Amino acid sequence: MKALVMVSGLGIVAMLGEIFRFKKILLPLVIVGLLATMAVNVLDWDTNTAYFNNMMTYDNFAVVFTSILLLVSVGWFLLAPSFFKTESSMTDHFALVLFALAGGIVLNSFSDLTMLFLGIEIVSIPMYVLAGSKKTDLRSSESAMKYFLMGAFATSLLLMGVTLVYGAAHSFNLSNIVNYINSNSGSLPIIFHTGILLILAGLAFKVSAFPFHFWAPDVYDGAPTVVTALMATLVKVASLAAFYRLFATCFVYADSYWTDVLWIISAFTILIGNLTALYQKDLKRMLAYSSVSHAGYVLFAILALNEFSAPSLMYYSIAYSVATLAAFTVLVILANYAGNTHIESLKGFARNNPLPALTMVVAMLSLAGIPPLAGFFAKYYLFTAALQSQYFILVLLAVLGTIIGVYYYFRAMVTMFQGDGEVPKLSISGTHIALMLLCLIGTLALGIMPGLLMGLL
Amino acid sequence: MLIPILIILPLVAALVIGFLNGTAARVIALAVGLVELALVVLALTQYQYTADAQYVFTAPWVPSLGIQFKVGMDGISLLLVLLTTVLMPLIVLSGFGKAFKNQSLLFALIMAMEAGLIGVFTAMDAFLFYIFWEVALIPIYFICLLWGGTERVRVTLKFFIYTLAGSLLMLVAFIYLYFHTPEPHTFDLSVFASLNLDEGVQGYLFLAFFLAFAIKMALFPFHTWQPDTYSEAPTQGTMILSALMSKMGIYAVLRILLPLAPQALADYGHAAILVAVIGIVYASLVALSQQDWKRLIAYSSIAHIGLMAAGIFTLNQQALQGSVVQMVSHGITAVGLFFLVDILESRTGTRDIKSMSGVRLVAPAIAAYLLIMVLANIALPLTNGFVGEFLLLSGVFQYHPWIAAVAGTGTILGAWYMLSAYQYSILGDKTAVTVGIADLNLREKLVLVPIVILVFGIGVYPQPILDIAAPAVEHLLQMVVK
Repeated sequence: MKALVMVSGLGIVAMLGEIFRFKKILLPLVIVGLLATMAVNVLDWDTNTAYFNNMMTYDNFAVVFTSILLLVSVGWFLLAPSFFKTESSMTDHFALVLFALAGGIVLNSFSDLTMLFLGIEIVSIPMYVLAGSKKTDLRSSESAMKYFLMGAFATSLLLMGVTLVYGAAHSFNLSNIVNYINSNSGSLPIIFHTGILLILAGLAFKVSAFPFHFWAPDVYDGAPTVVTALMATLVKVASLAAFYRLFATCFVYADSYWTDVLWIISAFTILIGNLTALYQKDLKRMLAYSSVSHAGYVLFAILALNEFSAPSLMYYSIAYSVATLAAFTVLVILANYAGNTHIESLKGFARNNPLPALTMVVAMLSLAGIPPLAGFFAKYYLFTAALQSQYFILVLLAVLGTIIGVYYYFRAMVTMFQGDGEVPKLSISGTHIALMLLCLIGTLALGIMPGLLMGLL
Repeated sequence: MLIPILIILPLVAALVIGFLNGTAARVIALAVGLVELALVVLALTQYQYTADAQYVFTAPWVPSLGIQFKVGMDGISLLLVLLTTVLMPLIVLSGFGKAFKNQSLLFALIMAMEAGLIGVFTAMDAFLFYIFWEVALIPIYFICLLWGGTERVRVTLKFFIYTLAGSLLMLVAFIYLYFHTPEPHTFDLSVFASLNLDEGVQGYLFLAFFLAFAIKMALFPFHTWQPDTYSEAPTQGTMILSALMSKMGIYAVLRILLPLAPQALADYGHAAILVAVIGIVYASLVALSQQDWKRLIAYSSIAHIGLMAAGIFTLNQQALQGSVVQMVSHGITAVGLFFLVDILESRTGTRDIKSMSGVRLVAPAIAAYLLIMVLANIALPLTNGFVGEFLLLSGVFQYHPWIAAVAGTGTILGAWYMLSAYQYSILGDKTAVTVGIADLNLREKLVLVPIVILVFGIGVYPQPILDIAAPAVEHLLQMVVK
């Protein structure tokens, strides 16, 4: 809760930067602010306090996921400056990102359906603006428009679902809904079931799961690369946390029919995401489809509903975000040099740029799930969760998806080593070097010592 | 603490080497390789001739998930670790003559490989085993990718995806077993082996494991990645692949497949033997028509591996002993053969068997060493190949005489294709490519002399190897035939 206040405050401070002319020191200020928020956030451990008439509960799940979002944001702020140097309105954009982050914090601490809705809107609206922040670029505007229309559609589904659930349970509050489910088990009205399904559809939209994933590649592709990085990490993790929080703590008590729907969504998300990623010639689009397929894996945590679910969700979110941030750092460096993000542009990249090449190798290996990197352990953990709950076929599909994944991740990785030194030694900014080193260390450390985060959730 | 040192030392060396220049890198790699060898020889002197795991080291790793860092060696592990540490310095030394681009990275990857291999051969925890299994795959993938031939990108990707597909099935099987261990769940292999699962489940486990290991050892019909990868990889990579990585598959059958799915063996063992024997004949016939030395040895390897696999699944002591001896000797022979082929290629510029001729006239030492390695490969008595092959064939014979007869054709065909290849390229008159080629230099002899000593040493007096392996093999048989 304190974190939410601090982040919102930081957002307002960022907006003031333009007026009071401290734009130059805004970046360090924001990073320090986020780290301070992180420290304050950790102090909330085990407090389990409810706020606003039980509309938000700041439990350990919220503390952990808020910390993840804060770390991801710090990473993003290290990535972004190169983009904003060329744009005039750095302060607005920083503020927008911080507000989106505030929405993310709401999304992992809500205990009331209205807060879920508010959280999703607080995350989404800044993202619509950010997607269109390259105002002179037609594709950026197109991306923003698509994102907005699709997002609005998804939100309306969600809202309809919330309404129906309220109609049945006469409450927005999650614990009241649980009570309602338990006292009416076996005779839940059809509007309640429909409500759950509509909410499921709305959230599937937000995490870009099949069959609601079509917006993701176009929007990811058209948006400025740094904004795409934010969508693929911050928004994704926040939405998944919300998904888990709602279904694993509330709807889990309803008859288990929605798990069948989620099973199908998860299976197709993995297959479609991976198979489509195979055919992408553009690195950004490839990462977009890869992010679709990763959503499919993560849904295992929500399906499994056992003691491995929450920790595996946490672990996967971290591993995936770190690797994705690393990949996007290289992508930004590449785009600055080549002017595009084609996989072909990576040719000869490794020869003169060892650090970005190593970062890319580790990021791709981690996303592909190769030990001893964090991505492997995350995947292993999810598989364990799913197998514990007897989802054998789903795990075999995930194995198939992983194998397909290796093909396209490795193709991107290998391209860097082909060709003969076509790419000169690029000058890389200090923040990018720092970010790459942090991602490298994080991916290796979490892979080799996965026990570091055990027992948190 | 011995085994952790054996694993960590090359890893540290790999990290350090990566930042050095090429010459220093290879010298350090060689030195570390020799230190490793010395440590293993030291361990050998303390070996107790019992079936218990020795030199055991246990440390918690992820305690809440029942994952521990547990390593140890019984006789079979010890022999394979010994093989790894004997061959690695030779493989490093064999790379001294060539000017690789980015040399330090190559030697760093070779060192990482050594760590991974020793890890696989000593892991006593299934999760740890899986990690090392994959960790060993990454350096060799990059060795083949960065220093391989023109087709390397396509070929190495096929290799990686094939082996990963198999090992992911193994991982799923491991997680399944994990959930069937008593609370608190554990990945300890000895606990896995003590589970009494019903036969249907064991059947699925058998299939998952068999697929993983068959792909790794390149058993017919899962071998299609192998000839391409062997011929596209740089010679150091090919040596590691054929001498050591293919042994990972066979070792895993002994360590994982047999103890964990003993009852399924009754159902599927016969089919496995049949597949392996068909593979022997198939690979030998294909080898007959090969024009390229590397591909010839690759197919010959498939045949040898097939015999080892067939022998293991017959589950009698002679064949199991034979497979252990054959793992060691095939590793030694493969390094020798691939090194000599590499020498021929660097001198003549070709690996084509028929386009070189008369090497004997200009380079008698190459001819002599190659003859010894060829004879070892076709299992002539008094060479290392003979002992293992004889034990394996007599074991298969006890299982079924006709199967042994079919498997034996592999040996006969082996003599045919190896000797005729030798005849074409070494005997006869000099041709344009062989005129004036240099004979072996001192460094090359330094690699080959130890190999030849081992070839004859094991051929004449294999008893120490049999003695070391015997307790572990007997224990394994007791577990499986209980």
